[in-house]
Amino acid sequence: MKISVSHISKAFGDFPALNNVSVNIASNALVALLGPSGSGKTTLLRVIAGLEMPERGSVIFGDEDVTELAVQKRNIGFVFQNYALFPHMSVAANIGFGLRVRNEKKSVILERVEELLSRMQLDGLGHRMPAELSGGQQQRVALARALAMRPRVLLLDEPFGSLDAKVRKDLRQWLRTLHSEIHVTTVFVTHDQEEAFEVADSVVILNDGQIEQHGSVPDILHHPSNEFVRDFVGRQSAREIRVSRAPATVTM
Amino acid sequence: MTKPIRSRIVKNGKGTWGPMKWALTLTAVLFLISVLILPLLTVFQTAFRNGMAAYTEAIASPDTLHALLLTLLAAGVAVPLNVIFGFFAAWAITRHSFRFKRFLICCLDIPFAVSPVISGMIFILLLGQNSLIGGFFMDHGMRIIFAPAGIVIVTTFITCPFVARELISVMTMQGTDQELAALSLGASPLQMFRLITLPSIKWGLFYGTILCTARAMGEFGAVSVVSGHIRGETNTLPLHVEILYNEYHFQEAFAVSTLLVFIAVVTLVIKGIAKAMAPKKAVRPIFRERQDSLS
Repeated sequence: MKISVSHISKAFGDFPALNNVSVNIASNALVALLGPSGSGKTTLLRVIAGLEMPERGSVIFGDEDVTELAVQKRNIGFVFQNYALFPHMSVAANIGFGLRVRNEKKSVILERVEELLSRMQLDGLGHRMPAELSGGQQQRVALARALAMRPRVLLLDEPFGSLDAKVRKDLRQWLRTLHSEIHVTTVFVTHDQEEAFEVADSVVILNDGQIEQHGSVPDILHHPSNEFVRDFVGRQSAREIRVSRAPATVTM
Repeated sequence: MTKPIRSRIVKNGKGTWGPMKWALTLTAVLFLISVLILPLLTVFQTAFRNGMAAYTEAIASPDTLHALLLTLLAAGVAVPLNVIFGFFAAWAITRHSFRFKRFLICCLDIPFAVSPVISGMIFILLLGQNSLIGGFFMDHGMRIIFAPAGIVIVTTFITCPFVARELISVMTMQGTDQELAALSLGASPLQMFRLITLPSIKWGLFYGTILCTARAMGEFGAVSVVSGHIRGETNTLPLHVEILYNEYHFQEAFAVSTLLVFIAVVTLVIKGIAKAMAPKKAVRPIFRERQDSLS
C-alpha cells in the first residue's frame, strides 16, 4: 500500500512539530524516518497512523484519503516504543486482540495466533504474561499483535529503542527479513543513522519539523542535499555502511 | 569505599545491634498499644460494662437505628455520585488537555484544604433559609439545612476528592499508550474502555471508593454544622455518639461507637485486600501521604 503524505502541518501549543511536510512512500517499501529528537519524526508517524490529527494537509493510503479516518478504522499496525502490551492479558490474548474486537471466530483467532507465535519465534509462550518475557520477546509480541489483522501499513516507533545493543543488532537483520516475507509497507522511526541505513530501503531525514532529504541509502550518503544532512550522516563513512549491508542470511 | 563499611554494619546487625533492635521494636509496640490498641479496648470495655443487654438496648434504640439509617443514606448517595464524578474528572484531566485544567485539579483539593467546620458553614450560607437557593426551596416546602438533604449534600462535598484523586494518579501512571494501542488494533472506544481501561483502573477505583465510603460514614465536623442535631431526624452515627456522650450516657455512647469501629475495621480489611490484589504499581498514588495527613 502506497502512502502519500502531503502538506501536513501539526503544532503542539506554540511548538510547530511538523511544518508543511510532504512525502511519498512506495508500496511495500521499508522506510526509516530519521532525525534528531524534536525533529517531528514521531509526530509524522503518529499522523500517518491517525493517533494525531494534523491541522492541515492530507494522508492518503493507496487511493483512499484517510485524513479524516479515525485510527481504529485505518487498519494499520502500530508498534509503540514501549510496546504498550496489555499487562492483564496473556501473550496469546494480546496478539489476538485485534481479531477479537472484530468479532472473529475463536478458531480463526487461535489459528492466526499460533501462526504468528511461530513466525515470531515465540513458540510455547502464548500462555505467558507480558511481564514474564524479555525485552526482545515483548518487542516481537508487539509486532505480532500489530500484524495479526494483516494491516495495510506497519508503523514502528523507535522499534529498537529500549533494547540492549546486542539484541538491537540481531533484530535489525530480523526486521529486514520479516519485511521481505510479509510484504507490508513499513515505516519506522529512529534517531540512530546506523540503524536507519542498515535496515531501511530509503530514509527520510527530518529536522525542525521539515523534511531535509528523502532518498535511497547510497543517494543520501553520496549526494546529501544540504549542509544539515551532510553533517548529520557525516559521522559514519559510506564504506562502513556498505559492509554492514551485506545480504542477510537469517533463517526463519 | 562504602562497600566494606556497609557490610560490616550488616554483619554486626546480629550481634552488637541486637539489644538496640529489641529496644526499638519494644518502643514501637508500646507506642502502638498506648495510642491505638488501648483506646480501642476502652471503647469496647465501656460499651459492654453494663452487660450484653444494655449494649443491645443502646444499639437497637430507635434513635440509634435512625442515625445508622441516615449515615447509610448519606454514604449511599455520596459514594455513587463521587464515583461517577471522580471517574469523569480523572478521565478529563488525564486524557484530555484543556484550559483551566490546573484550576480543576486545585479545586479538587478544596474539601481537603478547608476545615470541615468551614465547609459546613459555607453550605449554611449557600443553602440556608436566608439564602437565595435555600429560600427558594423553603418556599416550596423543602428544607435543606438542618434536614437530611443538607447532610447528604455536605457529605458529598467532603468526600468528593477521594475517587477522583485515586484515579488521577492511577491513570496518569498508566499513560495512554495501551488505550491508543487498543484503538489502533481496531477497538471501538467502548471496547477500549471495557477491555483495557477498566481492568487497569479497577483496583484504584475500588480503593478510592472504600476510602470515600469510610469518610462518608465517619464525617463529623461539616455534618455537625448543617445537621442541627435533631434526634431521630438529622442525627448521623458520629453525631449520635456525641449527643449521648454529652448527656453522660457513656455506656450508650461507646456502644454506638462500636458500630463505627466495625465499619472502620471492615473498611480496613477490604482496603487491605484491594491493595494486595492490585498490581504493585497501580496503587501507589502520589497523593497518598498528603491525603492521610489532611483527613
